[in-house]
Amino acid sequence: MTQRIDFQTDPSRYRHWRVAYDGEIANLYMDVDEQGGLFPGYELKLNSYDLGVDIELADIVQRMRFEHPEVKVVVLQSGKDRVFCAGANIRMLGGASHAHKVNFCKFTNETRNTFEAAEADSGQKYIAAVKGACAGGGYELALACNYIMLTNDSSSSVALPEVPLLAVLPGTGGLTRVTDKRKVRRDLADVFCSVEEGVRGQRAVDWRLVDEIAPNSKFDEVVQERAREFASASAKPSGLTGIALTPLDRRFAEDGSVTYSTVEVVVEREAGRATLTISGPTDAAPDTVDALQAQGAEAWILRAARELDDAILHLRLNERQIGTLVIQTQGDGAAVLAHEALLLNNRDHWLANEILQYWKRVLKRVDMTSRSLVAIVEHGSCFAGPLAELLWAVDRSYMMLEEFEGDNRPLAAITLSPGNFGTYPMGNDLTRLATRFLGTPEAVEAARARIGEALEAEEAEELGLVTYVLDDIDWEDEVRVFLEERASFSPDAMTGMEANLRFAGPETMETRIFGRLTAWQNWIFQRPNAVGPDGALQRYGTGVRGDYDMERV
Amino acid sequence: MLDLINVSYDTQIPNNVGLSQDKKVLKALEKWHPGYINWWNDLIPQNFQESLVYLRTAVSVDPKGWAKFDYVKMPEYRWGVLLAPQVENRTIPCGEHYGQPAWQEVPGEYRNLLKRLIVIQGDTEPASVEQQRLLALTAPSLYDMRNLFQVNVEEGRHLWAMVYLLHKYFGRDGREEADDLLRRQSGSEEAPRMLGAFNEETPDWLSFFMFTYFTDRDGKMQLESLAQSGFDPLSRTCRFMLTEEAHHMFVGETGVGRTIERTCQVMKENGIDDPYDTGRIRDLGVIDLPLIQKKLNLHYTLSLDLFGQEVSTNAANAFNAGIKGRYMESRLSDDHQLQQDTYTVWDFEDGKAVQKQVPALTAINMRLRDDYTKDAAGGVGRWNKIIEKHGVDFELSLPHEAFHRKIGVFADKHFDPSGQPVSGAEYDAGLPKWLPTHADGDFIQSLMKPCYEPGQYARWIAPPKVGIDNRPGDFEYVKLHMA
Repeated sequence: MTQRIDFQTDPSRYRHWRVAYDGEIANLYMDVDEQGGLFPGYELKLNSYDLGVDIELADIVQRMRFEHPEVKVVVLQSGKDRVFCAGANIRMLGGASHAHKVNFCKFTNETRNTFEAAEADSGQKYIAAVKGACAGGGYELALACNYIMLTNDSSSSVALPEVPLLAVLPGTGGLTRVTDKRKVRRDLADVFCSVEEGVRGQRAVDWRLVDEIAPNSKFDEVVQERAREFASASAKPSGLTGIALTPLDRRFAEDGSVTYSTVEVVVEREAGRATLTISGPTDAAPDTVDALQAQGAEAWILRAARELDDAILHLRLNERQIGTLVIQTQGDGAAVLAHEALLLNNRDHWLANEILQYWKRVLKRVDMTSRSLVAIVEHGSCFAGPLAELLWAVDRSYMMLEEFEGDNRPLAAITLSPGNFGTYPMGNDLTRLATRFLGTPEAVEAARARIGEALEAEEAEELGLVTYVLDDIDWEDEVRVFLEERASFSPDAMTGMEANLRFAGPETMETRIFGRLTAWQNWIFQRPNAVGPDGALQRYGTGVRGDYDMERV
Repeated sequence: MLDLINVSYDTQIPNNVGLSQDKKVLKALEKWHPGYINWWNDLIPQNFQESLVYLRTAVSVDPKGWAKFDYVKMPEYRWGVLLAPQVENRTIPCGEHYGQPAWQEVPGEYRNLLKRLIVIQGDTEPASVEQQRLLALTAPSLYDMRNLFQVNVEEGRHLWAMVYLLHKYFGRDGREEADDLLRRQSGSEEAPRMLGAFNEETPDWLSFFMFTYFTDRDGKMQLESLAQSGFDPLSRTCRFMLTEEAHHMFVGETGVGRTIERTCQVMKENGIDDPYDTGRIRDLGVIDLPLIQKKLNLHYTLSLDLFGQEVSTNAANAFNAGIKGRYMESRLSDDHQLQQDTYTVWDFEDGKAVQKQVPALTAINMRLRDDYTKDAAGGVGRWNKIIEKHGVDFELSLPHEAFHRKIGVFADKHFDPSGQPVSGAEYDAGLPKWLPTHADGDFIQSLMKPCYEPGQYARWIAPPKVGIDNRPGDFEYVKLHMA
C-alpha cells in the first residue's frame, strides 16, 4: 500500500454521501459510488463501504457539530432504492491485509461512537430510517444511531449475517450494541445473529432491534414527523451559527515527517519511531466566546486538536512500521491553561462545549492507538490542561529534573487544571487520573489540590504524575535505552500488553467494543476458518463455502 | 362459494401428498386458505368471479391424464397440491454434494437459502395475477379471456405449491412467509412484490401476451433450475409446475403470433407493403409490426433484468449447495461442480460491451439467461415465419442485452438495440423508435374493446387455429355472469 490515505476531506469532494440541511433537521443520505473504492479490486455495491466511505462520514459528523450547530436531528438514510446499507465491503475485507482490516475497524468504530455520542455531547440526535436491506455493518450504522425506524413493507429487515455468511463477527460494535445498548434478550440475540435474512416488521420491534416500524406508504412522512418531534423536544438552543472547518495547514516531507501549524511529526523510520511535538499557543487566549467564535478554526485550542487528530490517524494508517510514538510539547503551560479556561468557564456556549468534547475524542483516539506511547517532558514543555492528559494516555513518561547544561529553557513543569478532573473521560468513563490511581483515590484528591501550580519534576514524581524524573546525567542514556528496548519487543505482544494495561477499571459498552469484541474479531481475522485460502471470507462470492476446521479452540 | 368450514381437503384439494393425514400441514393450510380466498375475491372483478369458465384443473400427476376440463367458477377452482412422482434413488445433481442422495428433508445448513428461493419464487406467482387483474374487461374474445383465467388460476396454484412447501418444511418461519406472500401486492406502495418487474401493471392484451411469452419464460427457467434442486420435494413440485407453465408460453406465443397474423392479413388486403407505413396500418385498426418490435424490446429487456447481476454470489451459493441447478442439469456432461470452470459473460469496460471469462460458479445466472435467450429466440423465429408467409418485408429480432437495462453491468448505460454504445442525445432520439411511447400506448389502448360473443374476435387479432381441448370455433369458453 504505497498510496497515502488522507483523513482530510470536505463536502466538495464527497463521493458517497449527501447532506440536505433543513433547519434543525439534516437529512444524511448514504449513496455510495460503486466505482469510488479507496483501492482497486472491488466495487462498492449495494451501499457497502470501505475506509474511504467512512472517512467521509467522519468528516460529515465532525462538520455537523462545528459547521451546523443549528442541527438537532440527523436522519441517516439511504440514497438508493431497496437497500439501506449492506455493510463493509466483503471483497475489500477479503483482499485487505490484517493490519488494514484492524485499522479500518478501529476507525469505523471511532466514527460510530462519535455520532452515537453526538446526542449527549452536542444535542445532535442521529436517527436511522431504514428502508431496504440493512445488513451487517449497515445495521451497525443504524445501531450507533439513537433511534431506529424500519419500514414495514414485509421485506425490509435488519440483520447481522456475519456469522452464518462470513464466519466473522459483526465487529463494529454490532454484538455489543445488540446486548448492551438495545438490550436484546441474549437468546433472541443468539437467534438474530445466526440468521442471514435477519428480522423484519413487528418482530424487530418486539425484539428491541428497532424502535419503531411504520407503514411503507407513510414511512418518509413518519420519519420526518419523528425528526421534528425530537428537534422540538431538544434542550439545545436554537439558531446557532457554526464556524467553518477550514483545510489544515499541513506539509509532508520526503522522509515521512509532517509539519502542521502547531504539531510537528518527525519520523525516524530506521528507529521505528516518530516524535510528535505540540506547540503551545503563541497568542493570548481570546477574551470572550464571541472572540473565540470569530477566530473559528484558527483558534489554537481547536487547531491543535484537529492537527493532533489528523497526525495520529496518519501515523496509524500510513506509518505502520513506526512502533513507538514519542509525545512532546513546547510552550507556555500557563497559556495553554488560559485557552482551556475560556472553554471551561463557558461550557454552556456551543463552541466552547464542542471544542472540549472534541478534545475528549482526540484523547480517546490517543488511548486507542496501538503503538508504544511515551511522553517526554522536556524543559520548555507545556503539559498543562488537555495536553497534560497526554501524560496519562501514554504508557510511560520521562521528565527532566533540574537544570540541564546548555539548556536555558524554563524548567520542565506540569500544570493541572479543573479539566483534568472530569472533562476528558476515557472510554471507561473515568478520568485518566482516576484510572491511573484506581487503587489510591486519595492521590487524585492530592493532585486536585494542586490545580494551577506549575509542578516541577520532584513534585510531579511525588504526585505520581510521571514515571521517571531524570537529571542531566542520566537523562540521555535512560531515555535512549528505553526507546531501544521498546523497539526490540514483539509488536504484537506490545499491542496486547499496552491495550490491557491502559484500561483499568470498569467496563463500559465502549471498552467492551474496543476490548472484548475487537479482540475476538481480530483473533478470528487471523484464523484460517475466516481468512485462510479455504476460509469463508476468501471464498465469499465464489459460491463455494468456507472449509472449517471443526476443532474448538 | 366454497364452504370454508367444511373443506374436505382430500376432495376439495387434489393432492398426492396425503394431505388429509398430514395434521401439521392441514392445520397451517386451513389457516392460510381463507386469506387466499379473500385475496382472490378482492382481486378479480366480481362479475368474472361469478362467471363459469372452461378451465383445466390438475387432478393428478399421471402424464397421460393429469388434467380435466370443465366449467368452474374461479373461486371454486380446485387449487391442488401436486408433486411429480418421486424418482427412485435420485441424487443431488450438482454442487459440492453432487452424487449424494437427494434430500427428502430440509438440510439445516441450507434452510434459509432454500426458504428464500421458495419465497421469491412464490412471490412472483400471485404477482402476475395482480398485474393482470383488469384485463378481462377488454378481452378480445371469450377464448382469450379463458386463457387469461387459466393462466391466473394456475399462477394461483403455483402459489399454493410454494405455500405447501413453506408449511410442510419450514415451520413457523414458513407459515409467516406464507402469510406475507398474501400481504405483499403488486404495485403496492405499502408492501410491493419483491422483484421490480412484478410491480409494473399489465395495461393491455399485447402486454399480456408479451408478458406470458417473455416474463413467464423467465419463470419457466427459474422453475427449470429449481426442478434440478437436490431438495427433492422442491424438485418434484417444480417439475409438475412446468407442465402447466407450458400453457402460459403457448398463450404468449400464439397471442403475439395471432396479432402479427392479423396485421399482415390486413396489410395485404389493403395493399400495404411497407410495414413502416404505420399511420395507414393503424387506421385499419391493427397493430403495426414496428410497434410489436418495440413491445418485444421492452418485455425482453425487463425479463433479462429478472436474472439479476452478471456475476452473482447468491446464484453461486445456491448451485454449489445443490439447491438450484442449471437448465437441464442432468443432461449436461461436465463434472456438475464447476469449481475450476469459467464462463463467458458480458462486461462493461471503457464505454464498450466486452466479453470476459469469469469463474463458472459465479456466472450461473448468466448461463441460465443465455439458455433463456435461446429458448425465447425460437418463438421469434416462428413469428417471422408468419410475416414471411404473408410476404411482408419485416423481421422481428431480440435486442442486444446491453440495451435498456436496469440491472447488471449495462444498467442505465446508453446502448442501441444492436448493442452499439450511443451518446445520450442519440439515445433520447432513438427511444421512440426502440421502445413503446405513450402515444403507442394510447393507440393500443384504443383497440382494447371487449369482444364477448362466442366465436368472435376483436379486429386486431386473428382467431386461433385450434380450440382449447379441441373445442369448436364458436365454443362458449366463458359463460359470462353479467348481473
